[in-house]
Amino acid sequence: MSTLETDPATRRVPPLGGFNRTLLGIELMRVLRNRRTVIFALAFPVAMFFVFGSGDQGEQKVGVGNVAAYIMVSMALYGGALIAAATGAGVATERAQGWSRQLRTTPLHPVAYVLVKALVALSAGVVAIVAVNVVGAAKGTVDLPLGAWIACGLTTLVCILSFAALGVFVGYLVPGENAMQILGPGLALLSFLGGLFIPLDQYSAVIRDIAYWTPMYGVAEVARAPLTHELPWFAIVNALAWLGLFVAGAAWRMSADTARV
Amino acid sequence: MTTSTTFAGRPPAIRLSGVGKRFGGTGRSDGVLAVHGLDLVVEPGEMVAFLGPNGAGKTTTIDMVLGLSQPTSGDVSVFGMAPRDAVSRGLVAAVMQSGGLLKDLTVRETLRYTASLFAASRPVDEALAAAGIGDLSGRKVGACSGGEQQRVRFAMALLSDPQLLLLDEPTTGMDVEGRRAFWATIRDDAARGRAVVFATHYLEEADRYADRIVLIAHGEVVADGTGAEIKALASGRTVRAVLPGADLAALHRLPGVERATTQGDMIVVRTCDSDAVARYLLTETGARDLEIETHGLEEAFVTLTSDTRPQATSTEGALA
Repeated sequence: MSTLETDPATRRVPPLGGFNRTLLGIELMRVLRNRRTVIFALAFPVAMFFVFGSGDQGEQKVGVGNVAAYIMVSMALYGGALIAAATGAGVATERAQGWSRQLRTTPLHPVAYVLVKALVALSAGVVAIVAVNVVGAAKGTVDLPLGAWIACGLTTLVCILSFAALGVFVGYLVPGENAMQILGPGLALLSFLGGLFIPLDQYSAVIRDIAYWTPMYGVAEVARAPLTHELPWFAIVNALAWLGLFVAGAAWRMSADTARV
Repeated sequence: MTTSTTFAGRPPAIRLSGVGKRFGGTGRSDGVLAVHGLDLVVEPGEMVAFLGPNGAGKTTTIDMVLGLSQPTSGDVSVFGMAPRDAVSRGLVAAVMQSGGLLKDLTVRETLRYTASLFAASRPVDEALAAAGIGDLSGRKVGACSGGEQQRVRFAMALLSDPQLLLLDEPTTGMDVEGRRAFWATIRDDAARGRAVVFATHYLEEADRYADRIVLIAHGEVVADGTGAEIKALASGRTVRAVLPGADLAALHRLPGVERATTQGDMIVVRTCDSDAVARYLLTETGARDLEIETHGLEEAFVTLTSDTRPQATSTEGALA
């Protein structure tokens, strides 16, 4: 049986606080192996894109592209937000299962752990965004200049970080592994209100006024800005305010929990 | 008592000096004192059992050695470094009693995950084989039995080839065969210079496998020695006899008597000199049906960790 260096004085500390590719790969695989996550964050948005993005109205012009492109970006945001929230909620589950405590008995630095989780949320988000975009490109109805297409993908990616924080927050508030049972329908409702599934101008004035205050509205406007070339100032305020709120909530619950390890 | 000469010049695996840990102390209340004035040195290659009732401070102590919590007073060092530095170098590993596993990973994935966190690690297959779960590598952790999960934790702990292994109730959930194999592996490792500290409720396990038993109660070390020494401490024997109207004060004056009580007409005397008590009872009183009983480790455990602890301080002095 092999033994490593037994002299305590010559043992090394891992670089980057233990951050490494194997860790990132296994963590990403965990998210993508979860059947519920794959169905709701990958298959569902693609199906929604097919339903809403078909028909003649898909050809109508919007900004530098068309309605099909508008719906594609919206669905990618929905899928990305859901998968990011699932990753965030996993942090609380791992803590409840004692995995965080186990990790504290290894060289992994807490900052490296948070970094891994953020990167996993982003990578899984990329997978969800790419899934919708690949189907959109294959379908051929999407009209969007390449530069705007890439820009939309990037704005969407930044926007889903907000929901990773929401996932952490809700994960701590709801004990056990049931956080996603709240986050799933919750995000769907917020997506309806935020104009991801149905454009806001289809709603009555009252509902539209409410929608402007909900968390999906702001990020949706930001994500689609490269396409629409429209970005109301209150959408930016909305996106930043909800990001701040979710991050504060996650940090608050996490720090309240730290005492127990 | 220990093998420190073999490792001369090297810092001890664990050194606790005057360690205290208080929980929840605020301006108004003092909080709960979980551990106080703990002094302990564990040398490389030693196999030490932490024995004590629930709430004695065993897990609190292990947490501080792992750097999971900080002492409120005193100093903890592991191989001469701060606990967290020793953990970062893979010098310390722990097997927790429960939790600490991701159910959705396979056994092999769990090991690969853990191995990736260290600067250097043993091959995953080797750790699996050493823990006796080479055939389980493809199974989901959530599908493993309690005993199998315990071996997964053990395999994880072996990955960095730690020089100090901390085990909290390590054989919980294992069957007899698994328990035997587990201890055989651990002893093997200890023989090659690895220090092992385990907390256990199985007194027999402590007696059989540890070179040294540290009894902890009320956050203090109440006894520290080999199984035989611990037994001798409470070796006190119990003398029982029927003696109506016994003079307890006279019994207490006899040499070696720790406690004399009555149960109806029966007197019960705890002593470390049973001959003197027997001689007194049979020659100077009308006592009859006299019995003398010796104690096992179980009895020692109860005596040394009970709330009254009549001889706790003298015990400590005797062995320190």
